[in-house]
Amino acid sequence: MFVVPFLICFPFVVSVLMFCIRVNKIRNAIAYVSAVIIMVAVGVLAVQWGLGGGKTILLYKQTEEADIVISVAELALMCAVTFLCFKYKRYWISLLMIIPTLLLEWLEFFGPELAPVNHVRVDHLAVLMCIIIGLIGGLIIVYAVGYMHGYHHHHLEFQDRRYYFFMLLFAFLGAMFGFVLSASLLWIDLFWEITSICSFLLIGYTKTDEAIENSFRALWMNLLGGTALAGGILYFALTQKDVSLINLVEKGVMGNAATVIPIALIAFAALTKSAQLPFSKWLMGAMVAPTPSSALLHSATMVKAGIYILFRLSPAMADTLTGSMVTFIGGFTFFMASLMAMAQSDGKKVLALSTVSNLGLMVACAGVGQAETVWAGIFLMIFHAISKSMLFQDMGAIENSTHTRDIEDLNGLIYRLPMLGRIMFIGIAGMYLAPFGMLVSKWAALRASVNEHNIILALLICFGSATTMFYWTKWLNRLLSSTTEPKIRDITKKNEQISLIIHAILMIALCVLFPVLSTTYVEPLLLETFGYATAALPSTLLYVLIVVIMVIFAVPLIAYSTTKNIPANQKISYMSGANRGNNRDFTDSLGEPKELQLSNWYFKNYVGQRKLMEPSSLLAAAVIIVMLSMIIGGALR
Amino acid sequence: MSSVIAIVCFLVLAPFLGGFLDGLDRKISARMQGRIGPPVLQPFYDVHKLIHKQTIVVNKAQTFLMLTYMAVQLFVGVLFFAGSDILMCFFLLSTGATFLVFAGSVTHSPLSTLGTNRELLQMMAYEPAVLLACLGFYLAPPDHTFVVSELIQTPVSAILYLPGFFVAFVFILTIKMRKSPFDLATAHHAHQEVVKGITTELGAKNFAIYTITEWYEKVFLLAVVALFVVNANPLSYIAAVVVALAVWFLEILIDNTCARVKWDVLLKVTWVVTLLAAGVNMLILMLVF
Repeated sequence: MFVVPFLICFPFVVSVLMFCIRVNKIRNAIAYVSAVIIMVAVGVLAVQWGLGGGKTILLYKQTEEADIVISVAELALMCAVTFLCFKYKRYWISLLMIIPTLLLEWLEFFGPELAPVNHVRVDHLAVLMCIIIGLIGGLIIVYAVGYMHGYHHHHLEFQDRRYYFFMLLFAFLGAMFGFVLSASLLWIDLFWEITSICSFLLIGYTKTDEAIENSFRALWMNLLGGTALAGGILYFALTQKDVSLINLVEKGVMGNAATVIPIALIAFAALTKSAQLPFSKWLMGAMVAPTPSSALLHSATMVKAGIYILFRLSPAMADTLTGSMVTFIGGFTFFMASLMAMAQSDGKKVLALSTVSNLGLMVACAGVGQAETVWAGIFLMIFHAISKSMLFQDMGAIENSTHTRDIEDLNGLIYRLPMLGRIMFIGIAGMYLAPFGMLVSKWAALRASVNEHNIILALLICFGSATTMFYWTKWLNRLLSSTTEPKIRDITKKNEQISLIIHAILMIALCVLFPVLSTTYVEPLLLETFGYATAALPSTLLYVLIVVIMVIFAVPLIAYSTTKNIPANQKISYMSGANRGNNRDFTDSLGEPKELQLSNWYFKNYVGQRKLMEPSSLLAAAVIIVMLSMIIGGALR
Repeated sequence: MSSVIAIVCFLVLAPFLGGFLDGLDRKISARMQGRIGPPVLQPFYDVHKLIHKQTIVVNKAQTFLMLTYMAVQLFVGVLFFAGSDILMCFFLLSTGATFLVFAGSVTHSPLSTLGTNRELLQMMAYEPAVLLACLGFYLAPPDHTFVVSELIQTPVSAILYLPGFFVAFVFILTIKMRKSPFDLATAHHAHQEVVKGITTELGAKNFAIYTITEWYEKVFLLAVVALFVVNANPLSYIAAVVVALAVWFLEILIDNTCARVKWDVLLKVTWVVTLLAAGVNMLILMLVF
């Protein structure tokens, strides 16, 4: 399959091109064409693989040349990171890069003879990830071309380094393709480190103090995960003379004691990457970067890498201490992050916390390690990728038009900026309302958790759904609230609009195709991973669900079209008798006109980040340390 | 066939039953307070009058949002009486309730918006108990199922296994039925009874829609209470009706004996009761069965 190396290498080639071409028009054109080529290539991969019967394909057993390239790349990355750490005087962080890299280089060149492995594996999960990365990532690049143009138009204080920005975006996509297609842990480690470093550089793009601070936080947290990953690989390689991810999972399922430590360490690494507590802060800090990079980090790439590896490990985590640790941290993060999101009025921060929260649910689903929960987790991942990418892009466009991202300032946006407001409505509704996929997946996760008798997860999902509903609904309230403020000029570029509309269509389409997707794709995927497949929602229910979906879509439309022309007597709103006639001003007790300000509830003193972040991080850290000690100590005894 | 009858009965009879209960509620409350109270059929007179008035709105979207609210809540009831999945019913119920919230906030009116915020808070408070009750039904032996038509065929009543879930559900029913101490969202304005939180800007026809939907919802909720008692034995249906009416009377009693609480007390108390009653019950069920 030529398309596999093409998918991995092509983005890197484009990435170099992006860096070299300094003429904006030419570079933009190449970025468009490349994004389309990547999407087409993903399509070719999916079709070619699907026509081959959708079987697992293993490739590249002999890869001496590629291994040397990879070693050189790792060393080069190490040097670059060390240089930056010294330049910004964060000396100790470089150790987190140097130690694992040198250990793995040692393993490669001086370590024991390792059993030959297939380096690339194309299967259901890998193809699904490629589709998400290629499609959403490609759309984000299309969006980014327009957005970055406007961004540098408005932010003259930042140096225009778009060549660098696009270089990173493409390198990121290449690394993600490499990551999900690799079957060798050594390759996975390289791509893992590349994504960590790309996100670090993206976050630091504006070079403000805050950006640098946040980027180094992201760097050390992710490199800590990378170190754990390298440790796990090293342990597995030294004890089993093997570096194949599939063998690791298979041996883990059979109960091989030597796999306990590597699985625990890799799962820990995945927790850092997916920004679970206590590592959530790096993803929150990532918002200082321009919007396309947030969209990319939050939806299609970075954080999904952690989820992907957990799905891979999932069968081996069933009924183990590692599984309990992952499930608890995931469920706990789901609940705490949704609480903290209630206290936020900054739109982007709400989005970021909701990402952390939803990732928690996916992580928990993977940790339980049963086909049912992973079924729910995979759907959560698909729907989340689309809606979050859409919401971030939309938020960015709104910010460009209104110069604010405070939800309270965006009162009545659906009337003032109709197109962006509507997209936002669809995006938010997609995050938590029936009949959209997220709700159905959450429902499935709840069923699966109670089926597996996981009481903590079931409780956390029940309470977490309640808080999730609260913060999204109050946002929608602001969006819909009627207003007399004037319309805002929509300065969203064509390409941004195209990307947004494709997202919206995808989301609605997926909602209807959901049951089909389950039977034709996700169940075979589970069969491949677990050897058995149980959908969390039985197929009879899925058909009821199609009816429900139709009804819930149809009802508002019918209600709208029938009531549109009914004559209604419009009155001014009740303000204790002092409305000045425009629903916005009232006469106060001194006879003066006053403007009425309405706002949502935020409970900052109860559930604010300042209040909850530290204690919950400490608790999560304590749980991780204690459980990892128990796991490792128990395995070594 | 029996499910078709159940659906038709629900659609046709529920508003009459709900309205009648509402009338009795007002009568009993009045007697508790030493008044004579309105006639039992007063709610029907009210709705009849409201329906025949013109549509009065602050924002035109209100009408369509209220209609959607009603349609979705009716649909949930239909799914329930058709014997469908109970967890799905409750997930849809919150989506329906969201439309009421939208109808309240779309006006940008201060009292209505205040009621909307409170309504949202109430939803957050009762949602865990509702979802947990569904999980309870699933966990109750003998067979693990969320399907209502199978749940009513169990050999023994679910309440024997689910006392904690039942307590939590009855507790949040106070919120759902808009009874003091938890009736924040429709709390009466200090000096005017017509101003009732989220419903402030619902005029005439829309208010009729709201009232009828509340009746349907009341019947649906009491049916869920009955589901705790119903089993394969036909006689259990009588017991179920008795229990549902007893719960309904209890709510009236609570309404007339408790002062309204603040929002933070509402949230804390509800969550603690949910966690202690339903959570502990669930733990025991999971450990034993």
